[in-house]
Amino acid sequence: MLEYEFMRTAFAASVFVALLAGPVGWFLVLRGQAFAGHALSHIAFAGAAGAVLAGFSPLLGLFGASVIAGGAMGAIEGRASAQRDVAIGLVLSLALGFGVLFLHLMTRSASLANALLFGNVLGVSPSMLVSLGVFAVGGVALLAVMSRPLLFASLQPELAEARGVKLRLLSMLFLMLVGAATAECAQITGVLLVFALMVGPGAVAHRLGLSPLAGLVGSAVFALVEAWGGLVLSWWTDAPVSFWIALLGAVAYVLSGVRIGRGFPASACLAAGRESWDKPERQQASTRGTDNDARNAVACGWSGSAGGYDGNAGSGAESSRRRGG
Amino acid sequence: MTDTPAIACEGVTLERDGRTVLADVSLTIPQGCFVGLFGANGSGKTTFLRALLGLLPPTQGRITVMGQPPAQAACHVGYMPQVRTPAGASLTGYDLLGSDIRGDRWGLPWLRASDRAAIKEALEAVDATVFAARRLGELSGGERQRLLIAQALIGNPRLLLLDEPLASLDPVRMRDVAERIGTIARARGMTVICSAHDLNALTGVMDSVLYVARGHARLGPVDEVVTSASLSALYGAPVEVCRSPSGRILVAADGL
Ligand SMILES: Nc1ncnc2c1ncn2[C@@H]1O[C@H](COP(=O)(O)OP(=O)(O)O)[C@@H](O)[C@H]1O
Ligand SMILES: [Mg+2]
Repeated sequence: MLEYEFMRTAFAASVFVALLAGPVGWFLVLRGQAFAGHALSHIAFAGAAGAVLAGFSPLLGLFGASVIAGGAMGAIEGRASAQRDVAIGLVLSLALGFGVLFLHLMTRSASLANALLFGNVLGVSPSMLVSLGVFAVGGVALLAVMSRPLLFASLQPELAEARGVKLRLLSMLFLMLVGAATAECAQITGVLLVFALMVGPGAVAHRLGLSPLAGLVGSAVFALVEAWGGLVLSWWTDAPVSFWIALLGAVAYVLSGVRIGRGFPASACLAAGRESWDKPERQQASTRGTDNDARNAVACGWSGSAGGYDGNAGSGAESSRRRGG
Repeated sequence: MTDTPAIACEGVTLERDGRTVLADVSLTIPQGCFVGLFGANGSGKTTFLRALLGLLPPTQGRITVMGQPPAQAACHVGYMPQVRTPAGASLTGYDLLGSDIRGDRWGLPWLRASDRAAIKEALEAVDATVFAARRLGELSGGERQRLLIAQALIGNPRLLLLDEPLASLDPVRMRDVAERIGTIARARGMTVICSAHDLNALTGVMDSVLYVARGHARLGPVDEVVTSASLSALYGAPVEVCRSPSGRILVAADGL
């Protein structure tokens, strides 16, 4: 399959996307902001549709809308979470509404809608690959630089504030990164399935009980395995890439919580040797708070993929080429 | 240097959302002093501690911590906040304490051998080593609390601000933790302000009490402040203080 240019480009694009989306997803799960990530993907959709309508490239709309919206969300953070969720939910609906309106006003809306909603990784052009690479490398560099204060602020906001950490600035920068990661993921999975690639791998890293650094690296690796696995499986079976990524994400999430042996979680075995501290004494894994968001996220990505099967007709050209080869 | 008081407040007024919480508070806490901070819910204990951290500038008056404005002294201060449901249920106590180290600087959350030693030392001081490798989501409230006290001790601060560190501990553990904090503070010459609800949990450990009520504060030795007359004046209502033969204190109020 690697003899085809579009497949090589797709594999390369997956590397960039996984590199940024995995670690960003790890922090999203840690901070319990999975819903904000979900909302950003819908805003990205509206942005892309609006950009095309105005005569720009959809990629510009994707990145522009989600990064700006991320920054705005970070700026209003600190409200009571119930109030915040309602506000985010309303903005999300409004964005989707505008997206639908923009599509309605266009003539070639069907194929564009499919590509935006369910992804079109086989249609990534070399110039798009460059944009993806620039955003991924820049994003990862920024995340690396802010990861220590962000971890501190996520775990102990009052303490971090007392030490002079700028909570609002961090929150804004982080949600802008989430916006960039959303736009990257949307290239592969489409906006509806961003969760599978962004939140899924981070949630797996959390469930395995990895320490922060290992979790950040691990979630990038899991995201890459999911994305490449999706490409390969799609090549073999001709089912859409997005479908396989969503399926792999859900399977990985379930497996990472499976108990092996005498009710001992698989994660405990894996994590047992992770620190040079003392030997960890672990109890059976119980249902944990951070898991809930992620679980909803995976379920959401999973149900979204059902529509992905026939929704991917937009990439029919590539599909038939593949069948021929 | 030891002559500079750990904390000096001159005519300090603190407001929250335009409402006065503490008015015209003047007090001086010498270095090495262990102060128990008492007062009803909502009386301003947390607000006072936040002001000492420089998070809430006084609307009137002046606060100095170690002879400096609070924000500049923050590097000498260890703080245990009251809200204590840390995120990161899948992370361990080691990760929680590790996040604190150089957490205010940009970079990767990378720990040196010396950082690990500091974390271990802080954990041992509150006897929290046994459960520090377990996930935070699997710990009991009391265990999590001891991790947070350990976190406040990292870096050997000169001033320790503990906001209700004894809440939700059983009576035996409460006394044990209070005595541990007292021992550590005395050994390291730390100044401690520890808010609590039960006077008896801190008797013998604390040198002074700071009572806050109705916007006023009263600092002094336990025997002077915790009397029927002084507390009645502070609360503006009759308060009765009884002492049992074993030295236990009971504060009771009619109609409050
Ligand atoms: N974040 C806040 N915003 C506005 N007012 C607050 C806030 N936190 C506390 N207050 C008010 O300040 C007063 C003192 O609260 P606090 O210092 O938390 O009391 P305590 O710690 O003694 O229980 C209360 O009247 C409370 O309603
Ligand atoms: Mg309080």
